Amino acid sequence: MKINEVVSLEFLAQMINGLSLGSIYALIALGYTMVYGICKMLNFAHGDVIMVGAYMLSVAMGMLGLPPVLAILLSMVVCACLGVTIERIAYKPLRNASPLAVLITAIGVSYFLQSSALLIFGSTQRKVESAINVSSVQLGELTIGGNALVTLLLTIVLMTGLTWFINHTMTGKAMLAVSEDKGAAQLMGVNVNRTIATTFLIGSALAAVAGVLFISSYGFVGPYTGAMPGIKAFVAAVLGGIGSVPGAMLGGILLGLIESLSKAYISTQLADAIVFGVLIVVLLVKPTGLLGKKRTEKV
Amino acid sequence: MNKILTKKNIAALLLIVAIYAVLLTCDSMGLFNRQTKALLVPIGINIMLAVSLNLMVGFLGELSLGHAGFMSVGAYAGCIFTIHAEMPMWLELPLAMLLGGVVAGVFGLLIGIPALRLRGDYLAIVTLAFGEIIRAVLNNVSLVGGAGGLNGIPKYSNYTIVYVMAVITIIIIANLVKSRHGRAICSIRDNIIASEAMGIPVVKYKLMAFIVAAFFAGIAGVLYGHNLGILKPSTFDFNKSIEILVMVVMGGMGSLPGSIIAAFLITVLPEALRSLQDYRMLIYAVVLIAMMLLNNNARFNEFKQRIFSKKATRQGANLTKEGK
Repeated sequence: MKINEVVSLEFLAQMINGLSLGSIYALIALGYTMVYGICKMLNFAHGDVIMVGAYMLSVAMGMLGLPPVLAILLSMVVCACLGVTIERIAYKPLRNASPLAVLITAIGVSYFLQSSALLIFGSTQRKVESAINVSSVQLGELTIGGNALVTLLLTIVLMTGLTWFINHTMTGKAMLAVSEDKGAAQLMGVNVNRTIATTFLIGSALAAVAGVLFISSYGFVGPYTGAMPGIKAFVAAVLGGIGSVPGAMLGGILLGLIESLSKAYISTQLADAIVFGVLIVVLLVKPTGLLGKKRTEKV
Repeated sequence: MNKILTKKNIAALLLIVAIYAVLLTCDSMGLFNRQTKALLVPIGINIMLAVSLNLMVGFLGELSLGHAGFMSVGAYAGCIFTIHAEMPMWLELPLAMLLGGVVAGVFGLLIGIPALRLRGDYLAIVTLAFGEIIRAVLNNVSLVGGAGGLNGIPKYSNYTIVYVMAVITIIIIANLVKSRHGRAICSIRDNIIASEAMGIPVVKYKLMAFIVAAFFAGIAGVLYGHNLGILKPSTFDFNKSIEILVMVVMGGMGSLPGSIIAAFLITVLPEALRSLQDYRMLIYAVVLIAMMLLNNNARFNEFKQRIFSKKATRQGANLTKEGK
């Protein structure tokens, strides 16, 4: 009985870990999936926006001495501007180019952000003090860390907000329309350029939040911090069905759970391999992801 | 029916011999310093990688983000063989290359099977996931050295061997592409439904392209291992796959000479820019973005058309069509 309790308590703690990691992945995955839905492009530079967000937090709190909330807002604004600028300079001229050309450009942007960060901040990892100052909560025998709590709550709020925004505002509906059919949306009077810019703005702002949350639990930021969470979030987006907003949320949470449970119970080092293995198995069974739309091909 | 001694083939043979003769004379006259000489082998290896990936991306039309995975599987298989086999080099290295190629080819088949069900970006992610799984597993198997790497590989690779292997790779893939099978592979890229309707066994040709591409990537990996003498899982990461993909895209999808030139440039450029240190990657990134923007700029393409001859224009038009 006792042993059972201990095991289940540890299991619950791991679940909460997984949920909070998963919500960070989900926030990043939303950026991938929204951009993919609208532009049909894999925005590989998205992972590095997280890194920029984390650096902005460290600059705002460490050097400018701003309070955490303002620092987070500043980092969101900077990342949103960065996202829109990247879209305008690098992706907009390629809107009718081959997907591969856009992919390579996105990789170029990713290298650009990484090497700029390397030049500005140096290659050593910086310690960042957590932006979240919430004490942990005791639920019976279970302790939930402040970071995990804030991450979960913030993610729930942001996701509800985003879902409402997409389904109930004109801009959101325009985004849905553009992702359905760009040409038809334009004929209906939707400003496609502005809609795409808005998508990048929202996606990058969410990435900034994800970066702040990630760095608050990880503690260090370096030029390549964004790469691995970026790839994992990308996998999460594909797992849920790329282009689908609920899919990205589901995929992100699932990925976080799988990762933290396999780290706890199977092997720390092989956790990544397990995550990617799950992706392959899921895609074999459902080739367009869990919630992805199945497109019938017309001849 | 098949003439081997055509003008074109003789010219190609002469070119191959001539390039090697130039290499040899430069080397014997001491024109290469150590750095330049150290670049020759990686150039050859990258040419093999780019040409083989081009078969998958440019001719079959399936985006792969895990080419480094095939390379690493082949490299480890071949290098473990040479470490444990006690044979003379002339027997050991070819066997190792064959083994590395075959093992990589088997993995090509394993990845090719899901590729039959998946399209486009989903397949790209599966190849990416495959590369990452390979790396995570290699990192944790102490039998192959784990994260510390596989040490003590005899350094057999020299530029002669790599040159010969690169030439063989190019000849085989160029001939494959020109053959009946190659046309079938291209037809899958252009329109899979139409080619299926024409009676082309899509499954067979997709798998064929995957296996052949993986096979040569594996051989390139074996040569890579025997060049450095040590294999580390971290070298075969996502960035390596991307580097090979950049060679293919920059050189032009479906163009073998393009792949060769791009592989050469992308191997040499970072060395040439070494004095710029930290700015190197920044410049590389800017060049990459600028190239892509320029290539898709209507005005620049018009300008290019005016400069080159009519024939080149037609080829260019075909290429941009293929790109879409």
